[in-house]
Amino acid sequence: MSYTQRHDGRAPDELRAMEAKVGVIKNADGSAFFKIGNTSAYAAVYGPRNLYPKFLQNPDKGILRCSYNMLPFSGSGERIRPGQNRRAKEISMVTEKSLLSVLNLDEYPNAVVDVFIELPQTEAGSRCAGICAASMALADAGLLMKDLVSAVSVGRVGDMLVVDLDYAEEAYEDGPVADIPVAMTHNSSEVTLLQMDGEISKDMLMKAVEMGKAACEKIYEVQKEALKKKYEGAE
Amino acid sequence: MSEIVVKEKEIVIPGQLLAKGMDTFPASGSYREKEDIFSGRVGVVYIDGRAIKVIPLSGAYMPKVGDVIIAKVIDITMSGWRVETNSAYSAMLPLKDATSEYIQRGADLSSYYAIGDHVVCKITNVTSQKLVDVAMRDPGLKKLSGGRIFSVNTNKVPRIIGKKGSMVSMIKQATGCRIVVGQNGLVWIQGETDNEFIAVDTIKKIEKESHISGLTNRIKEYLEERTQKKLEGVEENELHTKA
Repeated sequence: MSYTQRHDGRAPDELRAMEAKVGVIKNADGSAFFKIGNTSAYAAVYGPRNLYPKFLQNPDKGILRCSYNMLPFSGSGERIRPGQNRRAKEISMVTEKSLLSVLNLDEYPNAVVDVFIELPQTEAGSRCAGICAASMALADAGLLMKDLVSAVSVGRVGDMLVVDLDYAEEAYEDGPVADIPVAMTHNSSEVTLLQMDGEISKDMLMKAVEMGKAACEKIYEVQKEALKKKYEGAE
Repeated sequence: MSEIVVKEKEIVIPGQLLAKGMDTFPASGSYREKEDIFSGRVGVVYIDGRAIKVIPLSGAYMPKVGDVIIAKVIDITMSGWRVETNSAYSAMLPLKDATSEYIQRGADLSSYYAIGDHVVCKITNVTSQKLVDVAMRDPGLKKLSGGRIFSVNTNKVPRIIGKKGSMVSMIKQATGCRIVVGQNGLVWIQGETDNEFIAVDTIKKIEKESHISGLTNRIKEYLEERTQKKLEGVEENELHTKA
């Protein structure tokens, strides 16, 4: 039995319903909320602010620190042990790298920009939701950025190529599955994050990434709307 | 053939195309990629001749030469005071620029400004490494005692001050408070307690509603309602400016 129809009736290139809002955390210098399906992420940006311990400072340019955190109740019933773990550390690191390629921190030597990503609810694609939220939050913080970053997971379920896998698809057992989070910039379509879990052929991978590109465009529109909406009316 | 594709005062987001061709050039907040100019931040577009710049609408304060700020003394060194500027960088207040008085060699510096004091000072120099110098030799630059200090969005400071200080002087007139608005987003208010509250609420209101037109008028009405007094001498033309 092969996977020919997505279990929730979506088209192969159809994303889950999205929602985005900018400026949700008043205390932060910049903040954003991004929701895709049942996965939602809050991102708060603080800074540029001074950085201690001093040995972490870079006199050439500012540094970016990301923290990805799933809240204890964010899973599907099981309590998630709070705090950092190996998975969260890795995701924090890749988030940082995927955002750093658009950020210009030359103006902030010895300082730090902190990005906190909290996920109150997760159902697959959480690192992508986190990156989408963080990208909007960084823009909201007034930082110099070349472009926005949008991210989505693509992959195969059985023999079908799909975008934005949900948990049931990630956990599909009757065939091979590959889950590939991709992050891209808008203008140049540079890939700033590409990871993979599962198995896939080269041809399929190339096709999947192309699908991701189209999906990122859709996400970009949502991010753009949210950002403009916050500042609309402000001259 | 070059062409500007955005309107003046339009809100743009990072990576948005602003202009095509080599006849225009990017100023602060925008960058060129091949022949096109893109926005480098969220902000408002200003077209100044051939230069296109994007003015930020949000974000933390960055020290700039000439800004009058409210800073907090955090350390006392051999040669002066170190002050915290509500930004990523602290500033140095050297002895010679600290007061108009003569400071004796070996004098106890904390008797001038102690740790924890707030001062109004002016930024005199910012280096590429963001080493900041401040001075307090101009009139109006002083140590703040009493009153209350709170922070506002740095990008809204020009609106709180108003054209030639019209907004802040209206609040001063209505509440009888002494007010200092620092460019770094710190505001100091001193007066009768009830009036202090009115002044704080008014400034918060300006911060929140600064983008809605007719601000001066609305604030005037708000102040009259809160103080139950008629405000005199607010000129008609000021009521229509959008600062």
